[in-house]
Amino acid sequence: MPWSRDQLAQRAAKELRDGFYVNLGIGIPTLVANYIPEGMEVTLQSENGMLGMGPFPYDEDVDADLINAGKQTITALKKTSYFSSADSFAMIRGGHIDLSILGAMEVNDRGDLANWMVPGKMVKGMGGAMDLVAGVKRVVVVMEHTSKDGASKLLKKCTLPLTGVNVVDLVITDLGVFEIDKHGSQPMKLIELADGVSLEEITGKTEASFVNALR
Amino acid sequence: MANKVYPDAKSALEGFTFDGMTVMSGGFGLCGIPENLIIALRDTGVKAITVISNNAGVDGWGLGLLLETKQIKKMVSSYVGENKEFARQYLSGELELEFNPQGTLAERCRAGGAGIAGFYTKTGVGTLVAEGKETKTFNGETFVLETGLVADLSIVKAWKGDKEGNLIFRKTARNFNPMMATAGKKCVAEVEILVETGDLNPDAIHTPGIYVDRIVQGAFEKRIEQRTITKRENA
Repeated sequence: MPWSRDQLAQRAAKELRDGFYVNLGIGIPTLVANYIPEGMEVTLQSENGMLGMGPFPYDEDVDADLINAGKQTITALKKTSYFSSADSFAMIRGGHIDLSILGAMEVNDRGDLANWMVPGKMVKGMGGAMDLVAGVKRVVVVMEHTSKDGASKLLKKCTLPLTGVNVVDLVITDLGVFEIDKHGSQPMKLIELADGVSLEEITGKTEASFVNALR
Repeated sequence: MANKVYPDAKSALEGFTFDGMTVMSGGFGLCGIPENLIIALRDTGVKAITVISNNAGVDGWGLGLLLETKQIKKMVSSYVGENKEFARQYLSGELELEFNPQGTLAERCRAGGAGIAGFYTKTGVGTLVAEGKETKTFNGETFVLETGLVADLSIVKAWKGDKEGNLIFRKTARNFNPMMATAGKKCVAEVEILVETGDLNPDAIHTPGIYVDRIVQGAFEKRIEQRTITKRENA
């Protein structure tokens, strides 16, 4: 059985470490916040200008001045700080954030990422994605292994306009986990399979080349 | 003594607007937008505006109001996904659009206000954003040259302000407002609470009054785009 959305988020949560400052993208990455291990201290950054993001508020505590980057109402914590967008991206671009978890349309085996634009369709914009992948220390992608029509999203070469070049360190799909040596020349490594997924299945559904490094 | 305090948003814009102008408008989504000044700008009837703003409002609110009246010629933004009228005008070719990565947009405003003509960033290297722009290698890594941005007018929203134009923002409503305040040739700020000069703690001021030409107190709707809540368990 391929991993469900929640199982993907659970697997991505294994990349968290105590003391990490983390930025979570919209969609499945947001769910990762639900799986921070007990006793681990992780500080969530929201690129619209907040460090130390809390859960959604109770109805009576909703504050229009307190939203996350997905424009959802949220709460603050004791450790929260607020800052401008320029300070927020200084933090991101300057390499002070430990981990970014985000979604993707395509990734290649050199860590190139496409997640913001499909030519011919109305483009909403890249938001902060290009800054995050360029600046954050470690970039983890969570995505479906194949598109709706069954095409591999792990490619030799991305076909869509890029968000960043040599930026992705780890790809978690519903079928397995791949490690990318983004600044080196090591081949992409398959390090885990989702429960019940065979090597044959994942090989058949992956256009990019990789080596078997299952542990 | 020069008076910066104006009775309403309309009078605060008088003499500051003209056709073909560039306007910076603070806010992230609908959070921290100068909602009264946007309405007042619409009511001036000024045309062919280039608007620099992270987002383009929603249908019927924020910058969406200026799209409805077709007063915007071009948007410089990082994300515009919440607005159907925007999509319609863009796809029909009525509206120009320049996408900037969000951090690059913020830094371009900061640089413009600080007299920095350009800066090199890693963001966007090897993507469409860097096409046609100069690149340079520092310590073995490639960076792309981005330019500082200035505007004819910036309109910003703060929580508290004093009669000197000193501003304090609240929570995530700060976002683009402080940088944009510095990058407008003229800057008009609207605040929820206007106090006497001396009533703000000088150590707590986010935007010093030198950047603010006019200040106006307003009433705010503060619309919410995504009202997400935690349900209380019934005891």
